[in-house]
Amino acid sequence: MEIRADQTNKTPFTSLQMRNVCKRFPGVLANCEVDFDVVSGEVHALLGENGAGKSTLMKVLYGMYKLDDGEIILNGQPVTIQNPTVAINHGIGMIHQHFMLVPTLTVAENVALGLPSSKGPLTDLDVVSERIVQLASTYNLKIDPSALIWQLSVGQQQRVEIIKALYRGASLLLLDEPTAVLTPQEVDELFLIMRQMTSDGYGLGFISHKLHEVVEISDRITVLRNGRKIGTQLTSAVTKQTLANWMVGREITFITSNDKMDQGEVRIDMQAVSCPSQRGTEGLRHIDLQIHSGEIVGLAGVSGNGQLELAEVVTGLRPIKEGRVLLDGEDITGLIPGQVTEKGLSYVPEERMKDGMIRDFNISENLILREHHKWPFSKKGFLRIPYINEHTDKLVEQFRIKTPSRMTLAKNLSGGNIQKVLLARELSRSPRAIVAAQPTRGLDIGASEYVHEQLLEQRKLGTAILLISEDLDEIMALADRIAVIYEGQIMDVLPRLTATKEDLGLLMAGVHPGETIQN
Amino acid sequence: MIKDLFTATVIIGIISSGIRLATPYLYAAIGEMFGQRSGVLNLGVEGQMLLGAFVAYFVVLRTESLLLAILAAIGVGALMGLAMGFVTIQLQATQGIAGIGFYLFGMGMSNLLFQKLIGVVENIDGFSAIKIPLLGDIPVIGEIFFRQNLLVYLAFLLVPLAWFVLNKTTLGLKIRAVGENPEAADSLGVNVALVRYFTVTLGGILSSIAGASLSVALLNVFQQNMTAGQGFIAVALVYFGSWRPFGILAGALLFSMVNALQLWIQVLGIPIPSELAVMLPYILTILVLTLSLTKGKGPSALTKAFEREG
Repeated sequence: MEIRADQTNKTPFTSLQMRNVCKRFPGVLANCEVDFDVVSGEVHALLGENGAGKSTLMKVLYGMYKLDDGEIILNGQPVTIQNPTVAINHGIGMIHQHFMLVPTLTVAENVALGLPSSKGPLTDLDVVSERIVQLASTYNLKIDPSALIWQLSVGQQQRVEIIKALYRGASLLLLDEPTAVLTPQEVDELFLIMRQMTSDGYGLGFISHKLHEVVEISDRITVLRNGRKIGTQLTSAVTKQTLANWMVGREITFITSNDKMDQGEVRIDMQAVSCPSQRGTEGLRHIDLQIHSGEIVGLAGVSGNGQLELAEVVTGLRPIKEGRVLLDGEDITGLIPGQVTEKGLSYVPEERMKDGMIRDFNISENLILREHHKWPFSKKGFLRIPYINEHTDKLVEQFRIKTPSRMTLAKNLSGGNIQKVLLARELSRSPRAIVAAQPTRGLDIGASEYVHEQLLEQRKLGTAILLISEDLDEIMALADRIAVIYEGQIMDVLPRLTATKEDLGLLMAGVHPGETIQN
Repeated sequence: MIKDLFTATVIIGIISSGIRLATPYLYAAIGEMFGQRSGVLNLGVEGQMLLGAFVAYFVVLRTESLLLAILAAIGVGALMGLAMGFVTIQLQATQGIAGIGFYLFGMGMSNLLFQKLIGVVENIDGFSAIKIPLLGDIPVIGEIFFRQNLLVYLAFLLVPLAWFVLNKTTLGLKIRAVGENPEAADSLGVNVALVRYFTVTLGGILSSIAGASLSVALLNVFQQNMTAGQGFIAVALVYFGSWRPFGILAGALLFSMVNALQLWIQVLGIPIPSELAVMLPYILTILVLTLSLTKGKGPSALTKAFEREG
């Protein structure tokens, strides 16, 4: 089928080749001699861990990064893409991982931005809106051109991004981790759109680090590791195990907590807890949640449905409006964070660099943040440096933190090692309970594996763990029970063994499985 | 006595001078608004106003041409704006600090030039009131609104014009996008630096005209530091007006009316300590800003430099 490109003067997309692409950043070789190609009508996935160079490669193609070496051949012609405008003019569109939308503008304004208007210096939003509706109906997308971006759900915002690219006549679309922010149902819808696009002759580049998604949607897969291409295979001819080994460079075992634990008594007990959200609207509504000693409760949900509020309520960071929080039967409602810490609660915050560590402090200092004022770290207000050093060295070894020295500043560590320092601080104090929010977000497989091991180790020791994650696979692998949060309410709590992804996905979207969906 | 305030003549006088006094605020605050909507905070408005005031005054003194005076003010304002742009957009200096630098530069430079080139305070013939035919003859209304000078009329026309540019043109769309999410604008081929240079230069020009309106249209004299904080109040008015032209208009009017009121209180010799009367507008600013602080959130990328990686 012919491509319904908006600007008819653009040559329809047939093929793209990137050859021997190299991209250097100061001190880092982000891409080295990478080959990648896409032909019309296929999804070619780019798979790799964080930092493998997938986004870099796509940003080079989209003109956001300067190509240091190598060549790009589009429809048989060598091209130079200096900036995104050139890429757009060549019919290349990109859906960024962090949406490139202006939240305070409408859908139509976002689409029209940067394009010449049919009314000269005046905007032609009516014309643009009409065309948006047309494009949207081709792909069964429901989009209101006059809606403000900030009012839309993440899934809807992504569709605006797709429309934006199509409007500009893109026929080669690059999708950078498009599923990271979606519910399983939204992922299915996205895949449907992608399949229709390939059957219409579009070429799609799909970046992901999620194996099962890549296997589900792509026709071919290229694996990157440390900026180099490891291999390209037809999806039909390759196994998940091979791909995983390619990504990591060693044998990977998929961890699950299959061993049945004897659960102890209730550790964390939230009773009808309500609190306002960041924006002053209702954040949590009558949350009842119990976590037992030796149990991991996973909190699943689409981001922004109250997960942050829940974590902060338990850790004393956010005042509670109604209800109580008990720790081992003791009321900790209204205690300040320092007091909650004293009671034996540890917190691995989602924004680990912002809320968990001090960027410009070294590892030693970050490791004693919580208990620096107490024996054995200090005596009568003076820090006991020799003991602190010894303590640091012990934890660096025990938690396998890779660092040049204990004096290295937190900001100079890799994401995985930052998380290890944080875990070392929070777990080494033998907590009674842990709240871990997105503990593996942004980490590569190796580091994630390590975090999971540590959490399961804590579970064995009888710690109660609340695991907040947007990664359903992670929750399904670790949690004993899974609570789903939607608009500040716990939709349901399911035992892991009987929970299915489909049910969880529905609950995440605010629908009880079995309920008829009414439009 | 207090009751002297409530005669028709005095009330008309207060409103009429209130309208006139709003002029410099409008030019400066609308200019500042364009900069801020694109993400650049310019705290140098006061300095730009002082230089504009001096240059316009000087040109009138030497050439007696008001047109040349305004053109000169525009030129100086554009240069100051470009310089601010170069420092904050190109060199990515911290906007707040750079702005304070430009304020001090503008104040020092206008003082220096005044002392070297003129030295004594001298009155000039500035813009005179233009009575609009017919409209100017309406009782009360005509006296208040339609017997003002050209710069006053233009200042008020600037408000709907600014609104139109911001909301109805592709340029306005770019300005708003750049101030909220420059990365997104950049990814769609909008030249972020160029848009910001434009708004900051426009801001410089309008601030400079604001200064000129004081020296060649309202007071017809130049004195060292004659703006007396009006440039900073203009910055506050942008916040007060929630980054919208008509909001700024409301703020500017409120402020200038109170200002006119306190001037009349002094003129009429009403026994309120004059220091207290002078403080009135400033106390009002603080009050209003405190109360309005929660209602609007400024452009997300305000004060944030933009640099494409790679």
